[in-house]
Amino acid sequence: MNPDAATIAAGAPIEVDLTPIAEGQDIKVFWRGKPIYISHRTKKQIEEAQKVPLSSLPDPQPDSARVKAGHDQWLVVIGICTHLGCIPIAHEGNYDGFFCPCHGSQYDSSGRIRQGPAPANLPVPPYAFVSDTKIQIG
Amino acid sequence: MSGPSDFQPTNPALKWIERRLPIFGLIHSSFVAYPTPRNLNYWWTFGAILSLMLGLQIVTGVILAMHYTPHADLAFKSVELLVRDVNYGWLLRNMHACGASMFFFAVYIHMFRGLYYGSYKEPREVLWILGVIIYLLMMATGFMGYVLPWGQMSFWGATVITNLFSAIPYFGESIVTLLWGGYSVGNPTLNRFFSLHYLLPFVIAGVVVLHVWALHVAGQNNPAGVEAKTEKDTVPFTPYATIKDAFGVSCFLIFYAWFIFYMPNYLGDADNYVPANPGVTPAHIVPEWYYLPFYAILRSIPNKLAGVACMFGAIIVLAFLPWLDNARTRSSKYRPLAKQFFWIFVVVCILLGYLGAQPPEGIYVIAGRILTVCYFAYFLIVLPLLSRIETPRPVPNSIADDVLAKHGGKALASALAAFLVAGGLLVGGAQNARAEGNEVSPPSQKWSFSGPLGKYDRGSLQRGLKVYKEVCSACHSLNYIAFRNLADAGGPGYSEAQAAAFASDYKIKDGPNDQGEMFDRPGRVADYFPAPFPNEQAAAAANGGKAPPDLSLMAKARGYERGFPQFIFDFFTQFQEQGPNYIDAILLGFEDKPPAGVEVPQGTYYNKYFPGHAIKMPKPLSDGQVTFDDGSPATVAQYAHDVTTFLAWAAEPRMEERKRIGMQVFVFLILFAFLMYFTKKKVWADAH
Repeated sequence: MNPDAATIAAGAPIEVDLTPIAEGQDIKVFWRGKPIYISHRTKKQIEEAQKVPLSSLPDPQPDSARVKAGHDQWLVVIGICTHLGCIPIAHEGNYDGFFCPCHGSQYDSSGRIRQGPAPANLPVPPYAFVSDTKIQIG
Repeated sequence: MSGPSDFQPTNPALKWIERRLPIFGLIHSSFVAYPTPRNLNYWWTFGAILSLMLGLQIVTGVILAMHYTPHADLAFKSVELLVRDVNYGWLLRNMHACGASMFFFAVYIHMFRGLYYGSYKEPREVLWILGVIIYLLMMATGFMGYVLPWGQMSFWGATVITNLFSAIPYFGESIVTLLWGGYSVGNPTLNRFFSLHYLLPFVIAGVVVLHVWALHVAGQNNPAGVEAKTEKDTVPFTPYATIKDAFGVSCFLIFYAWFIFYMPNYLGDADNYVPANPGVTPAHIVPEWYYLPFYAILRSIPNKLAGVACMFGAIIVLAFLPWLDNARTRSSKYRPLAKQFFWIFVVVCILLGYLGAQPPEGIYVIAGRILTVCYFAYFLIVLPLLSRIETPRPVPNSIADDVLAKHGGKALASALAAFLVAGGLLVGGAQNARAEGNEVSPPSQKWSFSGPLGKYDRGSLQRGLKVYKEVCSACHSLNYIAFRNLADAGGPGYSEAQAAAFASDYKIKDGPNDQGEMFDRPGRVADYFPAPFPNEQAAAAANGGKAPPDLSLMAKARGYERGFPQFIFDFFTQFQEQGPNYIDAILLGFEDKPPAGVEVPQGTYYNKYFPGHAIKMPKPLSDGQVTFDDGSPATVAQYAHDVTTFLAWAAEPRMEERKRIGMQVFVFLILFAFLMYFTKKKVWADAH
């Protein structure tokens, strides 16, 4: 009952062009049926994400481990709440990040869990920068 | 109890079969001669009611499956077309969907009855455990069935419930992938759920056979909780229990029919009339009412794994009940303390159900935690403790003594209690938990189609169609309505010819022709209203990024919370018009200037009744925009009322048929119930 060959093939990597995303904006793309948020973070968001003391996080992870070096402004996360799989809403909640409308989990501008029932940070999908303005997810 | 049958058929053909397969003897000893305690009350009729419900669910389900398409792109549509076009499809679907609720309603009463009268105690432990297994299977079946219509709540319910398994350490993720058959809930998930939803009822039927077998070995428990000893303690199953069950069943059917014919959407969620969309999560994901207590337990635990473990534990603990409660007295009738704790437990379950439907914030979370502790304390602390410290009252010597000591009044009290429990259980279901900050509910309008005798106002439907055609259809599609529907009974009342003429005004894209090209042709009655945009992306692009929703189901897909205690009255007044009230209010709720202190984002308009108040749709109607031939005023209020009536019809074109047949069924059922009651009195006259 595991995924069949066609489903696996349809889950191949995709390329996303980042040029149309202005600072402070984000887009949602689908990969393997999962929504992936690509956020172009503002200076303020980046600073907030970097300044948080790790000891205050339920799932401690520095911001640098969640973005690619030299591409601090781009946050790429799988937009599925780690609690029970709802889709958090971007630019909502108290932490300049994501808010899950189902059970009230709140994530910060690095996609890390800050408040609510979710146990873990929003996962970062496997991706790489093909060029400065293009990423390949998968 | 039931020894080898001495039944001998007289008919030679039956004799021939009986010698080779003693099936008539089996039926005779199980359902005719089988001795049942003579003091059983009406709580014992729920066994028969449950058997009937299982049968009905299987029969309606098999027919529904003949018309259903288990594909992520087609499932929602196939269910809608089934309701609209299949002969009595609406009846089948209502029977099946409300039937699931009724099935659970009956099983909860059956379980509480077992709990109260100690029906799980020696020698009925296996019987009880089989019951718990049936209940677990029912929950799995009900959940998978709810996924099949592939609405928003189906999809997100499936996402949340399958994700529960991801809490399991190490294997969690791979179990979830196995359930999904993909990387997320999608078409493979729907296919396997359909297959399992078809399979499990037959598994349930199999376990029910074991359940009944175990019952017939141990014999039925009874309100006195003493075993039958002599002939005087029992009566033969037929006619005594049969006729009593028949009366119980007919009363239950009246309750069931109330939902089927008059309140089909009362227990459902408006969001499930919105097709599944993996990109948008509904504001509140609420399971069906029968899962709410367990959902509340899940949410009140702040740790994911512990929450899931507690939720399943809350069901599994039932299986250990025979060993948690060691008291020798079975029936709580003779256990003064256990009786009180039982009723406290019932209230705890109902309150948990209520909390399960509320948003997980503030006081609700705290109350949920307290009640979760109470729930487990009842099984793990109260019952084991009571069996040590409680002094039960003396039990009667025999069932016959119990019958002689019986006096009236009690039955009335227990019937009253039943109604309270019924009302309470419905509390959770009707709660359409939707986070509303300081939203105002739309005002209730007078609709010609409300109530048990409601009919659509033909003039209003025709005017509403005109408003749709001249205004709404510029942006909104009406995908499930065909031109032929305009001539349907219970619709706008046009003739076939008028509908054909109406259709021919439209250009319909058809093809490809022999040259492989698409072409336009005039509409025919069989065509559906063409959509204003070729696809959702085009619709979104032309409308500021958000596609205008299809209007066919709008009157059922929108609603608002009625709140406590209003929704209890709604059950009796058959209030079903949240959708129409909402549409009407939206159309009239536009205000040029938002009130002081409120700002709406660029590109949106202030609407008093829209959740969040910022709506993308500009004010669609203005006075004098559409002219009516019948002299009705050309005002926004009139347009709104007419187009809402039209959309109510579009959402349920078979409503008049439903209410008409409902009335006939009710007259029949009430007469039938009376007949059963008097027959039962006659049959039991010598047994009391």
